[in-house]
Amino acid sequence: MAAPRIMVNVPKTAARGEIVEIKTLIAHKMETGHRMGLNGQRIPRDIINRFECTYNGALVFAADLFPAVSANPFIAFTTVAVASGTLKFRWVDDHGKVSTTSAKITVT
Amino acid sequence: MNRREFVACVGGVLSFVAIRPALAARPTLLEAVNTFTGGVEVRAGRVAFDIPPLVENGNSVGVMIDVESPVTAEDHVKRIAIINEKNPQADMIVFHLSPQSGRAHVSTRLRLADSQTLMAVAEMSDGTYWSAAADVIVTLAACVEGVSEGGGGVP
Repeated sequence: MAAPRIMVNVPKTAARGEIVEIKTLIAHKMETGHRMGLNGQRIPRDIINRFECTYNGALVFAADLFPAVSANPFIAFTTVAVASGTLKFRWVDDHGKVSTTSAKITVT
Repeated sequence: MNRREFVACVGGVLSFVAIRPALAARPTLLEAVNTFTGGVEVRAGRVAFDIPPLVENGNSVGVMIDVESPVTAEDHVKRIAIINEKNPQADMIVFHLSPQSGRAHVSTRLRLADSQTLMAVAEMSDGTYWSAAADVIVTLAACVEGVSEGGGGVP
């Protein structure tokens, strides 16, 4: 399967100590495992179950996802702009497939 | 029926029997909250839970949670959970925050299988739990049984 589409919104610049909002979206069907397919068989569960964000290597935010999260999971959160550097984002699905992206932030 | 077919058939029946009670035995809202808190008393307050009271499409319901907290190393929000009353599974999402979050403010989008009560429960660094509840009316439920693709509606 091709790499899923990921959208991440991080401000390019921020003042030191400023609280910035980060918005993330990843394309994923988030199959709940509760639906029946056309053949009468349960469609197996396939969801992203973990999301993590690290800021210059330190874990600043994480989330455990369950089937109740909508398809193409959207998560927004905040963090304090402490230093210029890289924010790395990581999603893990039920098959252990990891999707990542990163964004740079310049702190003045 | 050859041996392979027989094994597949019996396996299918067994897994069906095994799955059925698990689905039926969904914990109630309060039981699920209790599991999250580990039995610690949950107090109402300090949590603002923003969710539309009337939802047309249960497949994608935007929610926002804001917890009243100074968010310092000594006093911050550790976890926020959203727990429901009537979906097939009680847990919806758990956010893990840190003092570096700056604010305890998160948003996401959820599926709702029915009109029901949701609870947002926040765990503070001092070990106390605070919560807010919200009643939501859903006119088109999230697809639990249907076969339509792409998160479509119920047939």
